[in-house]
Amino acid sequence: MSPSTQSPPPSPDRAGTGPAADLILDIEDPLPPCTTDELLDLYRGMLRIRRIEELAAKAYTRRLILGFCHLYIGQESVAVGAAAATADDYWIASYREHGHALAKGVTPRKVMAELFGRATGASHGQGGSMHIFDRSVDFMGGYGIVGGHVPLANGIAWAARARGEDRVCVCFFGDGAANQGAFFEALCLAALYKLPVVFICENNWYAMGTPLDRQSALTDMSLRARGVGMVREQLEGWDVEHVRQRVAAARQHAVTGRGPVLLEIITYRYRGHSMSDPAKYRPKEEVEQHKERHDPIDLAARRLRTRHGVTQEALDAVRAEVEEEAADAWRFAEESPFPDPATLYDYVYAPTGTPVGEED
Amino acid sequence: MARLQIREALRRAMQEEMRRDPSVFLMGEEVAHYNGAYKVSQGLLDEFGPTRVVDTPISEAGFAGLGVGAAMVGMRPIIEFMTFNFSLVAFDQVINSASKIYQMSGGQYRVPIVFRGPNGAAENLGSQHSTTVDSLYAHFPGLKVVTYSDAPDAYGLLKAAIRDDNPVIFLESELTYGMKAEVPDEEYVIELGKARIRRPGDDLTIVSWGKQVFNVEKAADQLAAEGISAEVLDLRSLRPLDHETLFASVSRTGRCLVVQEGHVFASVAAEVAARVQEACFDWLDAPVLRVHSRDVNQPYAAPLEQAVMPSPERIVAAARRLLGLSEPTDNELSR
Repeated sequence: MSPSTQSPPPSPDRAGTGPAADLILDIEDPLPPCTTDELLDLYRGMLRIRRIEELAAKAYTRRLILGFCHLYIGQESVAVGAAAATADDYWIASYREHGHALAKGVTPRKVMAELFGRATGASHGQGGSMHIFDRSVDFMGGYGIVGGHVPLANGIAWAARARGEDRVCVCFFGDGAANQGAFFEALCLAALYKLPVVFICENNWYAMGTPLDRQSALTDMSLRARGVGMVREQLEGWDVEHVRQRVAAARQHAVTGRGPVLLEIITYRYRGHSMSDPAKYRPKEEVEQHKERHDPIDLAARRLRTRHGVTQEALDAVRAEVEEEAADAWRFAEESPFPDPATLYDYVYAPTGTPVGEED
Repeated sequence: MARLQIREALRRAMQEEMRRDPSVFLMGEEVAHYNGAYKVSQGLLDEFGPTRVVDTPISEAGFAGLGVGAAMVGMRPIIEFMTFNFSLVAFDQVINSASKIYQMSGGQYRVPIVFRGPNGAAENLGSQHSTTVDSLYAHFPGLKVVTYSDAPDAYGLLKAAIRDDNPVIFLESELTYGMKAEVPDEEYVIELGKARIRRPGDDLTIVSWGKQVFNVEKAADQLAAEGISAEVLDLRSLRPLDHETLFASVSRTGRCLVVQEGHVFASVAAEVAARVQEACFDWLDAPVLRVHSRDVNQPYAAPLEQAVMPSPERIVAAARRLLGLSEPTDNELSR
């Protein structure tokens, strides 16, 4: 499929045409329901993120992790559900990306070591919390300028299509990013060129400390797609299986040449914007109420017990595995060396002509 | 050997690179159907089709970012800014993404991309269409900043920029697109980071780049008529800077004049002067001097604009002063 860069001939009939209609994603859930093992995997994936993030918070207070540290706790079902639908696709994310990295398959060791700033980290200690990259699993980074990475997703998708790969780029960002100019430009171009991108706006209702209704006249962020002629869907994000299905539907739309999709996934973060934010701008009850009703991990555990007959012992065993994995990641990170300052200039310019991975 | 306009030399470079490497594509405003705002890309749509010569909406951040993403996956985009004034709308994409991704990913993702287009003042375009961005982009590690003075260099340097695995800012000029020079018929590539001595001389080194080189050449002619022998050094690449050629020349002549279009405060001229005095202090017979655009935004009216820009007369005056042949006639040092 070639990009549609050729304009149709001018004609008076074109006046007033365009996607006046609200384009809602019209693909039904494409995947069979999760098997018990599949749902257990999703449960494990969410728990892994939560446990790693809890340890990250602890390490931060002990000054083993420095700088900014934006935790993903509460939103795990989005990254994990999306990963189950797009395991072999390209991913790009914002600065709250530890969870996405883990969901996409970056190992807990590599993530934790990067947070600790160690040479064994995913980005060799050059990136830190906000810039985790792992080429081996096509995790194309966390980016620190809100909305700034969204245009990159188009290029990744452009390259995938140009090379005939049946792959999409999945691009994660928050509700705050949906007010940035770069986001709007990216949406316009993706729709114009019908690029295979799944844009996922994780609406956690707060851009740092500002609630969405004080940032935007419209609080349905999926409506941002309407003005540019893009297909959209808004969904609640605490049911990991539902996320998996809807991301799979969006992927199917995008990969079959029908153009990009904007998914707005309603979610909630339990912690402040970053480790330095006590989140005093919202009542404690709001957080407690959400945890009680919509915690994605509790929800999956309940479903595993009630619909799949999984015992509490089996769930506890998963929890113990994850606990050990997270503790191992911490140990690995703490025992790993810091990068040698002698390597300071190694990554400023790529050595032209030397294949990637053979720099030394 | 054919006499080519600079725009033809640039086009030939892109055309050859697009033929040899299917990952190269050109994207920007009016590059395809319109054949380029300055006709640099004339005919390329016909040869390569709309998937490789791509018109964009007026959306610099959008298409610059698209280029960066495509480059990360191994494409080699050439992103044309209709002028570099408009690149400021995409500054975040160039600086925070293109220049930083290789390092912040720990070397996992390269960004082999060229951002090219005209830079600096053309004529009477007013404040917002006359910005000189050389120094702005040269500030950042991770970027290469390249410019040319004539058609053979334009051709060889652009080919090198396209083949480079790093983001390259490639600075052109509206005013010289039509300037002709002999370009060899055989293919060649000019290594980035190598300055060119355009004219050897003994009494002083005049360092310049881009279209100011022609003002320097004129000044050198006038100086020659007075018996002063000026070496004219075209940097070609502002980052990486060819220290070796620069220092060798200045150490030999003992005097250095830097001629730059654009504001002087915290500029490439400032950097060259600082590096020369650090490395060549013992060989210098006079302080390094600079001729540059006046420290104002570009005015519209012709006499005002002419007063802003470097000129052969100002270069000759500075050279004479450097040689102790005249007293300072204006407050060149600060403004």
